[in-house]
Amino acid sequence: MKNWLILGATSAIAEEVMRIWAGRGYKLFLVARNQDKMDMIKADLGVRGASQVETYVLDANETTKHISMLDEADKRMGHIDGVFVAHGTLPDQKACEQSYDVAYQEIHTNALSVISLLTEVANRFEVRGHGDIAVISSVAGDRGRQSNYVYGAAKALLSSFLQGLRNRLVKSNVHVLTIKPGFVDTPMTAEFDKGALWASTEQVAQGIVSAVDKQRNEAYLPGFWWAIMFIIKHVPEFIFKKLSM
Amino acid sequence: MMAKQYVSWGRYPYKQQKGFDFSWRNQELPENTNFLPQGNARSYGDSCMNQNGVVVSSRKLNRFINYDQKTGLIRCEAGVTLNQILDLVEPHGWFLHVTPGTKFVTVGGALANDVHGKNHHVAGSFGCYVTQFEIMRSDGTRMVCSPLENADYFAATIGGLGLTGFIVWVELNLKKVENSAVNVENIKYNSLSEFFTLSEDSEEDYEYTVAWVDCLAKGEQAGRGHFSRANHAKNQVKPSRPKMTLSVPIDPPLSMINSLTLKAFNSLYYNRQKEERAYSTVHYDPFFYPLDGIKNWNRVYGPKGFLQFQCVIPPENSESAIREILERISAANRGSFLAVLKVFGDVPSPGLLSFPRPGATLALDFPYQGTKTLALLDQLDDVVFQSKGAIYPAKDAHMSGSHYNQYYPKVEQFKQFIDPAISSSFWSRVMEEK
Repeated sequence: MKNWLILGATSAIAEEVMRIWAGRGYKLFLVARNQDKMDMIKADLGVRGASQVETYVLDANETTKHISMLDEADKRMGHIDGVFVAHGTLPDQKACEQSYDVAYQEIHTNALSVISLLTEVANRFEVRGHGDIAVISSVAGDRGRQSNYVYGAAKALLSSFLQGLRNRLVKSNVHVLTIKPGFVDTPMTAEFDKGALWASTEQVAQGIVSAVDKQRNEAYLPGFWWAIMFIIKHVPEFIFKKLSM
Repeated sequence: MMAKQYVSWGRYPYKQQKGFDFSWRNQELPENTNFLPQGNARSYGDSCMNQNGVVVSSRKLNRFINYDQKTGLIRCEAGVTLNQILDLVEPHGWFLHVTPGTKFVTVGGALANDVHGKNHHVAGSFGCYVTQFEIMRSDGTRMVCSPLENADYFAATIGGLGLTGFIVWVELNLKKVENSAVNVENIKYNSLSEFFTLSEDSEEDYEYTVAWVDCLAKGEQAGRGHFSRANHAKNQVKPSRPKMTLSVPIDPPLSMINSLTLKAFNSLYYNRQKEERAYSTVHYDPFFYPLDGIKNWNRVYGPKGFLQFQCVIPPENSESAIREILERISAANRGSFLAVLKVFGDVPSPGLLSFPRPGATLALDFPYQGTKTLALLDQLDDVVFQSKGAIYPAKDAHMSGSHYNQYYPKVEQFKQFIDPAISSSFWSRVMEEK
């Protein structure tokens, strides 16, 4: 039995992951901005077998409220074994190029809000001597590209933070998983034409659950993205800078 | 809104569709556009297509809302598939009262087509077990429909091809089973009249009956095939569930179904069972959903796709009309890979436009080979028309509009319930051709 806290609980990937966990009878603490959506998900997870489902309304960007949210989760759930971070936005790159405020807001949502939360979570798990931290980063963080480097920079910040955190917490028996999905067919990417590289949310969710089970450190999802990113990372910069990617 | 390639299962006609995901049951429908609600797009022809318009997809609208393990009453969003329901409820000893030959259809789609199964002769159609559902009209009004509340919309929406509004959620009754197994008896028979005798003899003692027909057999042997009859197992057996292992991963450049492979398949399949009778106890999956075991099996027909044809012929004309249909197919040398024959019972279907009605139903499929295929379908449509039968819209891409109006005599009564913003390729076709 596991007690998970899920941030960004109404995202399409999070919902699929929670369905699998619900089928295993886990207890789930859902955090998201929209109560109505969480209520619909809560009923579904209950039917699928979750032994407890709680909901909590919070905008992850309100970092000053993170501690009280975690306290509330501990209170309602007894304790938390795992934290799964699934919230995020896909910025309009052009808008980010025009405005630092927009760029800052995107970096705050996709990286700083997670760092705020995990700073507190890490300290709590470190004291308890156990815990799982699973965070959705992105292949976009592996190398900056002109088409979405603000998003990429935020995810690179996040991935490096998680690397360091993993390194620090390994001796406290706390596991940190960095999830790097490629293209996933979700509402966030609704505007894109879908080709062969696109994965379904169900596929990615199964990959996440299995990576948590196997206590992997880093998971490219689907796995072939590891090979794609290996190549992209190793193209020399003097060539890479001329590519339109 | 995204430009997704939504095609129907038969991939004929092959039409590009703009898709709109309806993912939350409190969301709004698209404004200022005509649209068609769509589930998993497993209808074969154009009834799940909306040429030049939008389809509102319920694929992401797939949450359970309520499930009472004691009474077997379940309520879920329209995009939940029968597969998802079975995975959830079967371990608790519940099953679907009515299931079609694939479990990859949504409950919304099953309702909108009032689907039937191998137990129609005792159980009736899918709609018989729907207790209530909610539809949303394009003007934003929501209506809960049941036999008591909005009963007129209840009857219009069951089998209503999605035209009366977007189905948001559905509540249905499940049926109790002892375990996941079915006891099957498979009987090799030699002629069409033998089929009808077997069917009649099996009606009372067997919940499920269906036959596969060798549609290349001629003369005396026309209509020969394998009759299978089954009941849910009562004993404590636990057959293992076969894993889905096969897949057709790519589009072959040509149809793999041609007169050579058809002859070979039909003859091999007919003779696969040496003895006249064979008994087995199997998991429900291969019994109810043999084709679901092959992912994307529709691709074997190649890029041109295929057309299904399913008719029902009233009892008084059943044998003669089915014989004539088989003869015409055989004469045209266009045999069908899968020919399925079953006798429906007289449990009334609850929908105004429901397809199931007393008589014999025959389902066939033909690779699309241009006018030759369409000419054969014209002939079959005529036979059905003359014998006062009907053709099933969920499997159709060709029937004549004037015939449709005879097949479904309550069309005029139905029209008042159509949502003004909803249209479908099928509906435009059968209404225009009139």
